[in-house]
Amino acid sequence: MQRTVSLTVNGKPASATVEGRTLLVQLLREHLGLTGTHVGCDTSQCGACVVHVNGEAVKSCTLLAVQAEGANVLTIEGVANGDTLHPMQEAFRNNHALQCGFCTPGMVMSALDLVKDNPRPTDREIREYLEGNLCRCTGYHNIVLAIAEGAAVMRGEAPPANPHGVAAE
Amino acid sequence: MYEFQYHRATSLDDAASRLADEEAKLVAGGMTLIPTLKLRLAKPTELIDLAAIPSLKGITEEGDAVVIGAMTRHADVNRSDVVKRAIPALATLAGHIGDPAVRNRGTIGGSIANNDPAADYPAAVVGLNATVRTNKREIAADQFFTGLFETALQPGEIVTAVRFPKVAQANYQKFKNPASRYAIVGVFVARTPAGVRVAVSGAGACVFRVPAMETALAANFSPDAIKDIQIPQDGLNSDIHASAEYRAHLVNVMARRAVQACA
Amino acid sequence: MPDGTIGTPVRRREDYRFLTGQGTYTDDINRPGQLYAYILRSPHASARINAINTSAAKTAPGVAAVFVGQDMAAEGIGGLPCGWLVNSKDGSPMKEPPHPVLAVERVRHVGDPVAVIIAESYQQAKDAAEKVAVDYAVEAAVVDPAAALQPGAPQVWGDQAPGNLCYDWALGDEAAVDAALRGAARVVKIDLVNNRLVPNAMEPRAAIGEFNRATGDYTLYTTSQNPHVIRLLMGAFVLHIPEARLRVVAPDVGGGFGSKIYHYAEEAIVTWASAKVRKPVKWTAERSESFMSDAHGRDHVTHAELGVDAQGKFVALKVVTIANMGAYLSTFATCVPTYLYGTLLAGTYTTPVIFCETKAAFTNTVPVDAYRGAGRPEATFLVERIVDVAADELGMDPAELRRRNFIPANAFPYQTPVALQYDSGDYQTTLQMALQAADYAGFEARRQQAAARGKYRGIGIATYIEACGIAPSAVVGSLGARAGLFESAEVRVHPTGSVTVLTGSHAHGQGHETTFAQLVADGLGVPIDQVEIVHGDTDKIAFGMGTYGSRSLAVGGTAIVKAMDKVIAKGKKIAAHILEASDADIEFKDGRFTVAGTDRSLGIGEIALTAYVPHNFPHEELEPGLDETAFYDPKNFTFPSGAHIAEIEIDPDTGRLEICNFTASDDFGRIINPMIVAGQVHGGLAQGIGQAVLEGCVYDKTTGQLLTGSYNDYAMPRADDLPNFSLSTHATLCTHNPLGVKGCGEAGAIGAPAAIANAIVDALKPLGLRHVEMPATPEKLWRAIRQHQSGAAAE
Repeated sequence: MQRTVSLTVNGKPASATVEGRTLLVQLLREHLGLTGTHVGCDTSQCGACVVHVNGEAVKSCTLLAVQAEGANVLTIEGVANGDTLHPMQEAFRNNHALQCGFCTPGMVMSALDLVKDNPRPTDREIREYLEGNLCRCTGYHNIVLAIAEGAAVMRGEAPPANPHGVAAE
Repeated sequence: MYEFQYHRATSLDDAASRLADEEAKLVAGGMTLIPTLKLRLAKPTELIDLAAIPSLKGITEEGDAVVIGAMTRHADVNRSDVVKRAIPALATLAGHIGDPAVRNRGTIGGSIANNDPAADYPAAVVGLNATVRTNKREIAADQFFTGLFETALQPGEIVTAVRFPKVAQANYQKFKNPASRYAIVGVFVARTPAGVRVAVSGAGACVFRVPAMETALAANFSPDAIKDIQIPQDGLNSDIHASAEYRAHLVNVMARRAVQACA
Repeated sequence: MPDGTIGTPVRRREDYRFLTGQGTYTDDINRPGQLYAYILRSPHASARINAINTSAAKTAPGVAAVFVGQDMAAEGIGGLPCGWLVNSKDGSPMKEPPHPVLAVERVRHVGDPVAVIIAESYQQAKDAAEKVAVDYAVEAAVVDPAAALQPGAPQVWGDQAPGNLCYDWALGDEAAVDAALRGAARVVKIDLVNNRLVPNAMEPRAAIGEFNRATGDYTLYTTSQNPHVIRLLMGAFVLHIPEARLRVVAPDVGGGFGSKIYHYAEEAIVTWASAKVRKPVKWTAERSESFMSDAHGRDHVTHAELGVDAQGKFVALKVVTIANMGAYLSTFATCVPTYLYGTLLAGTYTTPVIFCETKAAFTNTVPVDAYRGAGRPEATFLVERIVDVAADELGMDPAELRRRNFIPANAFPYQTPVALQYDSGDYQTTLQMALQAADYAGFEARRQQAAARGKYRGIGIATYIEACGIAPSAVVGSLGARAGLFESAEVRVHPTGSVTVLTGSHAHGQGHETTFAQLVADGLGVPIDQVEIVHGDTDKIAFGMGTYGSRSLAVGGTAIVKAMDKVIAKGKKIAAHILEASDADIEFKDGRFTVAGTDRSLGIGEIALTAYVPHNFPHEELEPGLDETAFYDPKNFTFPSGAHIAEIEIDPDTGRLEICNFTASDDFGRIINPMIVAGQVHGGLAQGIGQAVLEGCVYDKTTGQLLTGSYNDYAMPRADDLPNFSLSTHATLCTHNPLGVKGCGEAGAIGAPAAIANAIVDALKPLGLRHVEMPATPEKLWRAIRQHQSGAAAE
């Protein structure tokens, strides 16, 4: 059964004709060419596919495209302001919080979801919040630092001293 | 996934009438159903989405109870001021189901209708002596969960809400599977108006109560009172993550910790 | 010019594209008109294929073609080759049974590819796969390597590998070791298992094959750590396509940890099938396929004996290991438990005689090959565990026993009894740094505080050595390698002074585009943003052996330095010509060629322009252009080393373990980008800790079914499982490469498992625990505590 799904993606109207079984992540990647959202597992565990639907983090591999009819979807491609990175993206760079980059879009989308509800997360809260995001490269250490820095900048504060010795730009 | 028809139900009656097709399935948050479909472990002809039925959502106080609509998400229960005030243990439990992205989609109705042996909500529903409301009737918690992925729901019956008595003194302790993060053992202890209840998830094929602990705690609500009450291993789950013996032991440990946290 | 970027935490140039969703991984690539492949895999661990009926599948909606093993065999398609010949101790070559791309006659593990279905959509291919009828006669399976070598075990290869034995390899002087053990004051023994792991790079493998009808050329896009190696193996051994007609592109690669070194069946299938169906064919693994088709790691069963004299000096080490090869020999499977394992058994110690015997067993499991560390974690786990057991038996502090046996800092170069010559190191210092950072001296107070809270607290040390910078080609060739292990680099200085570097190394998360750019910016004195790094495409790069074994900087980076040396040498001649000086008088520094002792100089940009606009140019001596290539073959391995200390607490009620602190002090030689190095250590530690307490691949011993086939059953380390790490470094420079670099990619995975295991045993020492198998799950620890408590009560 083919049907047309219309939704808003990164602020722009989008639509695609999909099967009932088409997942939101497939709509994004295969129909809209937004390949920043990744698929790392088939059991809804890894979080590489996290996007925001109507302002909240969801696993786009566990949502049918048809369920997203009319929704407002934000993917990693829509996070930066033009060529200027979002403070959370910048914090990931400043702290070397990504290596292969595959889990990174999901991590950033989850980090933004966390900070929305908890603008001042502790290290422990960050680690617990990331329960649904797997990273095999970083050991999470630098991701935790990055989210703390990103949250601080989003609160309007100066970023904490960079633990790696990266000079502020 | 196998291909299927998708229907976004406009009302409870619409959904129920579609459900007359035995090959059709309801989808609530989809956090269990969609992974199941992806692995081709189910082959429904039609998915009936309950997301657009407003009456199934929301949290209300009804006298000495809190009523949570079936399509209310875990994140909403976790954040609800009503739940946090009336049954804080329930709000906390909802905040530890799955992971944040799952909590933004998963619903209480979907969770209890699925009755996964390792799910958290069944322990709360039984532990708090809640009542499950459907489009046809009300079902007491003790009668609702009937076996492995089985409930008292009849064909065409849809969970509409769960009514929880307000219980201030309650606690849920979960020992997580290190891989899946589901409960290897979860124990919900509550001092309800009807007495102390101890409900166990994860350990068996279906949530169950521990009468011996309930009796002992009724007499003396302290961890020591149940220190020596070991539940039998017979019939408990045993897999690569935990033996039945270990699960039986964890029930005691988690129960004592829950009592401690209540006190 | 600034002071230089080497040694500074330059932010990664890769990050912008990854952070904005603009990375290009293989599955992000779509070719016009592409079809999709689904691989039908064996549900059985061991079965004879009586018949396969594909007729219903071939007529299913959208299906373009269905192929089975016989179809490929009929065209003379070869099997997947093994890249390293290991001989048994009796001189006979290893048993090397065929490795068909699609199974023929038999399947030998769950996940063995049986058929490929190609359709217009992936879902159609998967739908049609259910219509392929395979008639299997299921047979008995064996999955455990020790069980496989027992008499009467199910035979994976029958007469082609009797007794399931691939080889029985040995290294060292057994008679000398036995004599030393007989004369030792004490012989410490241990039996242990190194648990089987699934690498689990977050990007599942993927491949797109594309045949160009107009030219007859093939292109393969694949998730590979070494595209040239894939081109060589697949072209020469499997599909018989000349290199000149085969292009292999590995775009951004989402992690590998070894698992993307190897040539896999799916790469050959999509390439071959694209010519059959005359369209590009794309395959992307689902994670459940990754679990049953990516090469696994580790899986050793070992008995070891360490002889110790009255002063606590090690006098001999004897090791007998059974290593699981899986059902087929993966590309480098055979060298891992031999030349990357037995040779490392000296560790950081002066043990004078060592003997290692490794028996490699075929089983009905996924092939096992190199996974982060590859042989060296297994060696380190064994050595560091037995040293701790020795310390316990001797009643000595484990740190003191290690100090007493370290190779002293003034003893380098140091020849070990197991073939390696260490060039540099300072084990006392890294251990001392780690002990101080971990407050080792204050531990007993923390143990008592934990006991007061009802917890068992323990501390564990592991020191390690690894052999990286793989490897001198002549040496490995004499040991059976069927490849050279050099690296290539081309440094192309453009007319206006920007630089393109083409390297045969291929990053899959290591940040080469940044680290290599730092080398070139400093080496040629050009701004770093004028340097571009190109990798991962056989049509662009001359040749490459790829990225694994912590070799990229030590070998690939050195090749870049050698190519820069040639650029500078040529530049000096050009400068000498223009400045009318002798080339011997030209000095190069900070991007300028200067006549020594004068202020007459030219910038490299001016030299480059002259090289491409050669009006005033020494044509009789030089060719135009400023573009130099170097192939570097290392003189020796490099030897990173260090000391790791874990501090843990165990809850006796549940057996739950918490990692309280983890400290690592490492010697990686010179460090180019300390931020990237720290990231490598963090990631390695997470994998090492994962092996120690979470991860274990489990097969059903009877049916051979994979029981840990998804993230619901295979426990991946998550953020809340891990602590913040405390890192420090101390450099002794590598003596045989110009940068003095050693490599850092695997250290964490090598040191951490033993540090954690030693900490657990230390915590439960009051109960009499002597050893714990990995992963040390809560139930395992709870049982250990209960068993020893009841034992203690009975005494």
